[in-house]
Amino acid sequence: MTIQTALDRTRRSVIKTALAGLAAAIALPALVRRAVAADAALWPKDAFMQKTEAEAIKALYGKDVEVSDKVKLDAPEIAENGAVVPVSVSSALPDVTSIALIVSENPYPLAASYKLPPGTAGTVANRLKMAKTSKVTALVESGGKIYSASREVKVTVGGCGG
Amino acid sequence: MASTIRVRAVANGDVTEVQALVQHPMDSGFVKDAQGNIIPPHHIEVVDFQHAGKTVFTALWGPAVAKDPYVKFSFKGAQKGDDLSVSWVDNKGESDSLVAKVL
Repeated sequence: MTIQTALDRTRRSVIKTALAGLAAAIALPALVRRAVAADAALWPKDAFMQKTEAEAIKALYGKDVEVSDKVKLDAPEIAENGAVVPVSVSSALPDVTSIALIVSENPYPLAASYKLPPGTAGTVANRLKMAKTSKVTALVESGGKIYSASREVKVTVGGCGG
Repeated sequence: MASTIRVRAVANGDVTEVQALVQHPMDSGFVKDAQGNIIPPHHIEVVDFQHAGKTVFTALWGPAVAKDPYVKFSFKGAQKGDDLSVSWVDNKGESDSLVAKVL
């Protein structure tokens, strides 16, 4: 056997193994994916595309908002990096059905909205981007009414521009 | 390829606390690359968490959610060893999902 044919054989088996691996990689996630699939139609595009806080709240809830000390918003006083600002919301309100977070000075103020079915606690923590120093508002929906709490977060380096 | 989703769900009595981390660029559409071209928006829109065939938490995310998003919440009714399904879909129609065990 020449060195060339030996090399060819090795190459062939390498390609075969690679193809088999690839086929498995494609087939496996397809099976798992059938378990659940997030529905893109749930995304409230209209609310996320609004350019002001008031319009975003109107598009998301279409109701008046009541400032409440029962809504607790945790966010740093000063965020050194606007690209990653930890924000969490909790509340003493009963039967919370949704929580939304708004960063007033962002190009699109609505940052995130969470739907909480019965049995899920009225508390959520996440990380947001902030373009600059801004008011951050938590909206909590309980018993069909919207309650809010806000606080100012100072941003040293913005997280939305280049 | 490894999953883009990392999730840790811990049952403590009746309440299960869930922490999830998703690998995703979450491009806002406002940032420019090194050549000065706008990087188009590319962000997760919906994340669905299901337990026993029912949605327990839905996250609706805009471009202002930080890169490699993190979220924490808690829900009632799961037991240790139960399955928790997580799936996301982004504005380009890309998606991923994972089934994790409640610890």
